[in-house]
Amino acid sequence: MNMDITLQQVAFFVVAIFITIFSVLTVTTSKILRSATYLLFVLFGTAAIYFLLDYTFLGAVQLMVYAGGIIVLYVFSILLTNSDQSMNKKLNKGKLVASIISALAGAAIVLFIVLTHNFVPAASGETQELGMKTIGHALMGSDKYQYLLPFEAISVLLLACIIGGLVIARKR
Amino acid sequence: MMFAGIFGFFTRKNTLAMLISLELILNASDINFAVFNRYLFPAQLEGHFFTLFAIAIAAAETAVGIAIIINIYRNVRGIQVKDIEEMKH
Repeated sequence: MNMDITLQQVAFFVVAIFITIFSVLTVTTSKILRSATYLLFVLFGTAAIYFLLDYTFLGAVQLMVYAGGIIVLYVFSILLTNSDQSMNKKLNKGKLVASIISALAGAAIVLFIVLTHNFVPAASGETQELGMKTIGHALMGSDKYQYLLPFEAISVLLLACIIGGLVIARKR
Repeated sequence: MMFAGIFGFFTRKNTLAMLISLELILNASDINFAVFNRYLFPAQLEGHFFTLFAIAIAAAETAVGIAIIINIYRNVRGIQVKDIEEMKH
């Protein structure tokens, strides 16, 4: 049995356990501001996984957009709406048991499929880090495998969301 | 992470907590796309760009969702799911 575990595997297991613990804490804590803080740690762990995969641009985008923007949005919307800091625990037992059973059953099914499927890893050896030049050419080009059209579509979507958010939340 | 998010989405009553669980689900599927791209098709970039656009779309959706929740809070003074029961007319 092959017993040499590479450092990358050790790092992956550490990050994976970190993400699992904090994501379970996010959904089971009773104070919502703590839930947002645990979500911040989960997002840091996700960025760590992207860096482990050599997708450094994606990890940087994850850190800036998610951990830097979305968590700030959540924190000040939690403080603005005065949501009672301890969410009441009057959850009826049947619903809680059914949710736990369905979540565990789903996790068991997915784990079983992932662990017993034989994935064929790509034959080409180690790939280098994905460079910015490649990403830039792919994002701005209009050839067959390039992404100019989704890029422009996302900018229109963001404009629509900005205008929509302003219209919804303005003072009357 | 995904099933923790699904469990949180089922059991939470505060709409902001439900949105937080939704972020967990979205992050889990983003990791899935990036890993499949990197280990099974390292010469192509589809998974990487899908993840990039999914992060942008999730940010936009969170912003609009929080704007809606703040507007609901102004009218109903509460954001628990049981407070948002009546339609407008």
